[in-house]
Amino acid sequence: MRKQLSAAGSQCSVKRFRIASLATAAVILACSARSAAQQKPIVLKGGKLLTVSHGVIENGVLVMEGGKITGLGSAGSVKVPSDGKLVDVTGMTVYPGLIDSETSLGLTEISAEESTNDLIELSDEIMPHMHVYDAFHAESELISVTRLNGVTNAIVAPDSRDTLPGQDSFIQLAGASASEMLLLRDVALPLNFTGGQRRNESWEKRKFPETRMGMAAQLRQAFLDAQDYEQHSKDYQKKKADAIRDQKPEPAAPKRDLKLEALLPYLHGKKPVVLAAEGPSDLESAVRLAQEFNLKLVLNHLSHARPVLDYVAGLKTPVIVGPIYETPKDDERFDAVYSLPAELYKRGVKIAFASFDAHNARNLPYQAGFATGFGLPYDEALKAITLNAAEIWGVVEQLGSLDVGKTANIVVANGDPLDVKTDVKRVFIGGQEIPMTSRQTRLRDEFSSR
Amino acid sequence: MSRATTKWMPFPCLLLPIVLFLAAAGEQPPAAPHNDLVIKNAFVMTVTHGDLKRGAVYIKDGKIAAVGETVSAPAGAAVIDAGGKYLTPGIIDSHSHLALDDDVNEATSPVTPQMMMQDAFDYQDKAIYRALAGGVTTSLLLHGSANMIGGQAVVIKHKYGASRDAMLFPGAPRSIKFASGENPKRVYGSRNELPSTRMGNFAVQRDAFVQAQDYMRSWDDYNAKLQRGDKDASPPKRDLKLEALADVLRGKLLVQIHCYRADEFLTEIAIAKEFGYKIRAFHHALEAYKVPEKLAAENIGIATFADWWGFKQEAWDAIPWNAVMAMRKGVRVAIKSDSDDFARRLNQEAAKTMRYGGASEDEALRMITLNPAWIIGVDDRVGSIEVGKDADLVLWDGYPLSSSAVPSKVLIDGDVYFDRSLPSYGMPHYREGQ
Repeated sequence: MRKQLSAAGSQCSVKRFRIASLATAAVILACSARSAAQQKPIVLKGGKLLTVSHGVIENGVLVMEGGKITGLGSAGSVKVPSDGKLVDVTGMTVYPGLIDSETSLGLTEISAEESTNDLIELSDEIMPHMHVYDAFHAESELISVTRLNGVTNAIVAPDSRDTLPGQDSFIQLAGASASEMLLLRDVALPLNFTGGQRRNESWEKRKFPETRMGMAAQLRQAFLDAQDYEQHSKDYQKKKADAIRDQKPEPAAPKRDLKLEALLPYLHGKKPVVLAAEGPSDLESAVRLAQEFNLKLVLNHLSHARPVLDYVAGLKTPVIVGPIYETPKDDERFDAVYSLPAELYKRGVKIAFASFDAHNARNLPYQAGFATGFGLPYDEALKAITLNAAEIWGVVEQLGSLDVGKTANIVVANGDPLDVKTDVKRVFIGGQEIPMTSRQTRLRDEFSSR
Repeated sequence: MSRATTKWMPFPCLLLPIVLFLAAAGEQPPAAPHNDLVIKNAFVMTVTHGDLKRGAVYIKDGKIAAVGETVSAPAGAAVIDAGGKYLTPGIIDSHSHLALDDDVNEATSPVTPQMMMQDAFDYQDKAIYRALAGGVTTSLLLHGSANMIGGQAVVIKHKYGASRDAMLFPGAPRSIKFASGENPKRVYGSRNELPSTRMGNFAVQRDAFVQAQDYMRSWDDYNAKLQRGDKDASPPKRDLKLEALADVLRGKLLVQIHCYRADEFLTEIAIAKEFGYKIRAFHHALEAYKVPEKLAAENIGIATFADWWGFKQEAWDAIPWNAVMAMRKGVRVAIKSDSDDFARRLNQEAAKTMRYGGASEDEALRMITLNPAWIIGVDDRVGSIEVGKDADLVLWDGYPLSSSAVPSKVLIDGDVYFDRSLPSYGMPHYREGQ
């Protein structure tokens, strides 16, 4: 994680951010865009603050300074800076920026136009050395469309058609350049075991691995190869040290293998592997394999895993659930997937929602709202797109709730954040107010005025 | 086995497994249709004449017989106490491909008007049930968009568990699907066939109607000869393809056109005028906001998405304000699914129009009830809570124009087809294995 920090940090001047040195594994930079660094304190007055971490504050005041939340509470209880810009948000709801736990933002522009897609390398199934940050397109029109609905942070993941398609990044949806938006590079490694990774699309095109047996064998071999690679590397280091000590010629350095190297942090359990499975048997097969290598897991999808939810709870791992719009199997009731978040919550599982999309990532909160119709408590639904996600991705000290010291990613809307009718009025990212414009608003305005 | 049964059952042992099966499945056998039913104590959203905060609906023989603060009904009528919950008309999806398996596109020729979706309709497809559970009671099942002129649609009611014929909407007008833009040119262009451009698309369409005009003329001549008493007149050979197109020219089919771009709306309108047929609705119509007056002037409706965009080049200019911007200029707007997934929550999609452009509650609701009913041509039968209309109704457990509302009961022709409180699948008329 240290390495990541310095890599990202090198893109910003040191003054503009503080490295939060934390006991938790991951830390994030409150690295506001150069052009967008907050110049002046901003005070939101009169709103209903949904803190997520400590309840609701009616008629609240929230102060942002230097890109962070520096004060919040009920009116009169918060010291308001005299030079602050006062924004009256009476009647509005104020809540932390939403976090989408899986998107392909920045990797696609027009889905059907392949020239605009950088979603996945299909040449091999084991591609952990693909880094989405290398393709992330900061100027994508989808970014502004998405943040206008209050989504301020997201995981960017490669497509799921490879078993190990590459490593995720955690982004902020504003910034002067890609490097400022990529808050955490290589934050997690997706491991897909849904059957969709088999190379069996047609009789003519079939090749290894065309079965789940093949997928598992290939995956196991990849992790063993990485362990072997690491051992060779250690052996070499020792031989080299011995040679230097004995003043003998140094041994030849082993050849670097980026693919195997990329697996090492995950084999060490330093970062999470996001294990995607849908049905019980895929889940159990893949978890068993992951356990052989002591991988640190976050589970993904579990759309048809209802029969084994107690087993899931026993794994004590968080779950990126759904999407709950996944169609139930023919033998499942209409609400089998809709009610999955509630059923996991009841069993004590920490859940987060994801759009698993790019164009429709703006609709993330409605999925959480829909889940409340099937028994998920409202507060938990809101947490699943804020605080829980921040915890899962190791950024809870910076994001996910309205708390003093956190990055000022703040949304102001005219109602319930989870409701489709609610209009987002203002979005602040790193304390900087985002213009409420996108390619879509420009088209709207152009044709409204005709 | 009771004694009474053995009296009239010659082989009682044969009945036993059936009875056990019913018990094991935990299902009720199909209930008798509710000839007399009152839903009382409901927040009734009529769509056409406002809300009744505490209203009642009396249903007789599958039709809405009375609507009001109170209704008079026979003492023996069954009663559903809505407990103050919201009652809306059943949702109508004017663009669906559900229950057609992989038989959506006969993509072997760009002109296939003789395809009948009814022939592919799989009435046991669970997607019908899942949409029903989301409040959908009527759907227009359309041919896909691979062909410039696709097949003829079938209109269904979501009476899951009923027989195939019972699910066909009785007396619904015939609709035909046309398509334009990227899909036909991609499908045929990728095979190095005509059409591979929008020029090719429209040339194919014009050519088909020129042939249809000839065909129609030959039949008109023949019929004129018959009228004159010409005994020697011999009928032209029937051609199903040209017969269907001739029916378009005769105004017997509602023309539903898959069309994204504003320029293509205008070309389609020009071609329709050239050959003398009417366009009922543009489907998808994501650029309707660019030329709403042109559509309103021709009384052409649109069946559009609430906020889908960017999935292809011709959806790049899609904006979520499209529906309301078109509506404000007088276009009849429906929000449709085009998706087995979205069909299950069209109420949420409609509610998005309240946010994007400020549709009123009635306007939003109209986009998934009365307006799609008009597009399908069944607005005199369904789409609002009015006396004389079919009793296709949804009782919601919350405010329907929201993220979290879920239907608790769905009625079609006055009969409960989905009841969330029931065990298993929640359907009184369906048994597993049926």
